[in-house]
Amino acid sequence: MNLISMLILFPLIAAILILVVRHEKTRDMIVRISAVVTAVLSIVTVCFYFKDGLLLSFGNEEVINTIVIAVEVVLAIYIIFTGIKHKKYLASIFAAIQTPLLLWFEFTQETGIEIKTAMVFDKLTAIMILIVGVVGSLICFYTVGYMKDYHHHHDNLPERKNFFMAVLFLFLSAMFGLVLCNNLTWMYFCWEITSFSSFLLIGYTKTEEATNNAFRALIMNLGGGLGFAIAIVFIGMNYNTLELSTFTALKPDAMIMIPVFMLSMAALTKSAQMPFQSWLLGAMVAPTPSSALLHSATMVKAGVYLLIRLAPLLGPTSVGRMVTLVGAVTFIMCSLMAISQSDAKKILAYSTIANLGLIVICAGVGTQESLWAAILLVIFHAISKSLLFLSVGSTEHQIGSRDVENMDILMNVSRKLSICMIIGIAGMFLAPFGMLISKWVAMKAFIDSGNIIIVIILAYGSSATLFYWSKWMGKLVAGANAHDQKKHVLSLEEQTPILILTGLTVISCLTFPLISQYALIPFLSDAFGTTATIPIGASDVSIMLIMLSMLILLPFGFNQIRKNDKRRLTLIYMAGENTGDNETFNSIAGSKQKVVLRNWYMEEYFGSNKLTLWSNLASIAIMCVFILLMIWGVVI
Amino acid sequence: MSTFLFILKIVALIIITPIVGGLLAGLDRIISARMQGRVGPPLLQPFYDVLKLFQKESIEVNRMHRFYVYISFIFGAFTTIIVLMGGDILLAMFALTLGSVFFVLGAYAANSTYSFVGAERELLQIMAYEPMVLIAGAGLYYASGSFFVNQIIATKVPAIVYLPGVFVGFVFILTFKLRKSPFDLSLSHHGGHQELVAGITTEYSGRELAIIEVTHWYETIFALALVYLFFATESVTSRVIAVLVCAVVYFFEIIVDNGFARVKWQLALKTSWIVTGVLGTINLVVLSFFR
Repeated sequence: MNLISMLILFPLIAAILILVVRHEKTRDMIVRISAVVTAVLSIVTVCFYFKDGLLLSFGNEEVINTIVIAVEVVLAIYIIFTGIKHKKYLASIFAAIQTPLLLWFEFTQETGIEIKTAMVFDKLTAIMILIVGVVGSLICFYTVGYMKDYHHHHDNLPERKNFFMAVLFLFLSAMFGLVLCNNLTWMYFCWEITSFSSFLLIGYTKTEEATNNAFRALIMNLGGGLGFAIAIVFIGMNYNTLELSTFTALKPDAMIMIPVFMLSMAALTKSAQMPFQSWLLGAMVAPTPSSALLHSATMVKAGVYLLIRLAPLLGPTSVGRMVTLVGAVTFIMCSLMAISQSDAKKILAYSTIANLGLIVICAGVGTQESLWAAILLVIFHAISKSLLFLSVGSTEHQIGSRDVENMDILMNVSRKLSICMIIGIAGMFLAPFGMLISKWVAMKAFIDSGNIIIVIILAYGSSATLFYWSKWMGKLVAGANAHDQKKHVLSLEEQTPILILTGLTVISCLTFPLISQYALIPFLSDAFGTTATIPIGASDVSIMLIMLSMLILLPFGFNQIRKNDKRRLTLIYMAGENTGDNETFNSIAGSKQKVVLRNWYMEEYFGSNKLTLWSNLASIAIMCVFILLMIWGVVI
Repeated sequence: MSTFLFILKIVALIIITPIVGGLLAGLDRIISARMQGRVGPPLLQPFYDVLKLFQKESIEVNRMHRFYVYISFIFGAFTTIIVLMGGDILLAMFALTLGSVFFVLGAYAANSTYSFVGAERELLQIMAYEPMVLIAGAGLYYASGSFFVNQIIATKVPAIVYLPGVFVGFVFILTFKLRKSPFDLSLSHHGGHQELVAGITTEYSGRELAIIEVTHWYETIFALALVYLFFATESVTSRVIAVLVCAVVYFFEIIVDNGFARVKWQLALKTSWIVTGVLGTINLVVLSFFR
């Protein structure tokens, strides 16, 4: 058995084991070990194949095909019945259309199509496998500690931890498959498995809200899946191939835009771009590890991964323009709406959608430079976002709330968690951290490709981003008195992944020139047939490294200064009405009044109700206009 | 030898920049005073103020508070050095943003009412001016083909020819950067003619207040250096003109400062975003047709 098969099958076997083992201690141990093994396996696989890549074909493809078809049929039947049971008929309808469509295709049309390479391992695959393998496993590892606390806090919920953790591993397996498969029917299969797994994860608590949101996610993603299925049939019948690599190497013309459009729609739903963003926002009802997984390493990254693969057919083509504009609307509007949120998970959700929007723009623009930015965004976003989700999850257990306004005590409850969270936030928007590097290159790429409007949108979106992250950071550094806040112990399972991810956030910034040189440049040169250049000059890289080292060293230096220079402490200024404890003041009535400091949310400008409607309309309008233009044959 | 010269140049810039910035601040106070019918302080008054602040006893509201001011100072100086050494303009802007964010965090760290309001307003100001700053950077790149200062000023045609709209927009948001009325919501820095309690700096005293002042001098020079970039080319005359334009722009900002009362944050945000959107977009889109 080769490494690749092992990589896909191991998490699957782990999932089955976790599902059947009833003894809690044993099961937890299996989860921990499987997480570590999955991570190691992905690193080993990447090390093994990184240099030369791999084109893989299987001798027993017929057997695999039969299994794929069988599972698809079972899945479809299950979805049709649960759809009817919960009166979510749309889900049933989607499932009832796409599976028969593919069955018909596979039994009658596919016979003449020969698939030479079912799987491709190139530099992009390597990066994706590392993200899924390392970040995904860390999240699984974290889950062990988190779920214990979770059911402590929610003792009214039915406990199905084994199910939850099993689905997490199933998810990883499907993601490995998705990024490896070159055979479109297999990729579609993995695609559907990830949709289905996220349905299971979101619906975990079985409350009404959770069930509704789970179905919303399922319906949207099945709708996207339907687009995928139609694209497969179209490609198979017209181009006599089912290989992604062969397909993306074709010359863009009017007809090919139809499957490209269908695949892009599938990718846009999966990556929760407007107007499909609501499923990702609804996914927040699930326990935090599943949000972390959906938002950072898996699910949403599958969509942008497909777009990056499709990039040669995007760019100046009509679909490319559409994708770019939809991404732009999503990026700017979600960045603005994030300002009006105070629930930490909501902020993270909006920020995820916005950042995916940016990646979508980069893929849509489709130049070497913009793809460079897109792939780096995928990497940095996965690391920082998972770090933030995990720390928010633990914070919720520490202070009993995930409202940013309540996090001003976190520094005094858990300093470690606070600092990790600050680093995670810095990673999302500040120089010299990764997301900013990628944004910078993205901006350069947009100017170079003449996308002026996108440049301006990026400028506004970045400013809004700065606002909502900074005010969150501000609450974290406030260091308000925690009083008698009960301290929880941060379990080792929670702490380890958070610390590792914090380390990765910093290390990834230090090593991005290496990633660029050894992975991105070869990949982009291959994909475009022309040598790619590193968009950031060496002098800038060194300045950024200086900045990063200053940021690392300065806190230690300050500690020294602080020790040697003790100063008199004084009360804060309260216009002379201090009562002596910095937390209350003398009110006009003479009583003690508590000081309450709340961040600005500017609902009347950035409230999500109003903006959501308009931005959904805008992105639907963009899609309609481009569909019409394509039908009329005005643009290719 | 060249490394030695390189380091010497950096050290010289670190020292000279705040001196020029301080002199500008002194000049500013004299001109403002004359506009208000006063004689005004001596030219070197800002330096006397800073020296006096350094000699005062430094007290603090908590142990972490001043850390952020130091970082903000370091990155403020760092930014200015990047630009004056001919480095990447966008990177300099990012470094400056980093410094500004730390300045805001300092105000949050005090956990005090007045500085909290100041922090919030300062963040709003950053959000209001940042798009235009980025668009100016993008525009300069679009016009000259490089993000590097030394290449932007080595062109034949000054950037202002391509970027008149961006320039006007940039001068508009310069009012935020120079902390001038009507957009000095967070600090009431110059003149102190509007509020009794300073916002974001409320809880700072002594040495830290002095450092904040010096940081501001650096930032002033950075802002004017960006103005300079719009006019400077390879010819010496253009560089003289560029310096004159910087002086005119600064004088204009002083007039604006004295002529307008502070506006509410809503108006500040709206006007600057609209001005940025209209001028920036039209200018760059028109430019893209000629490229």
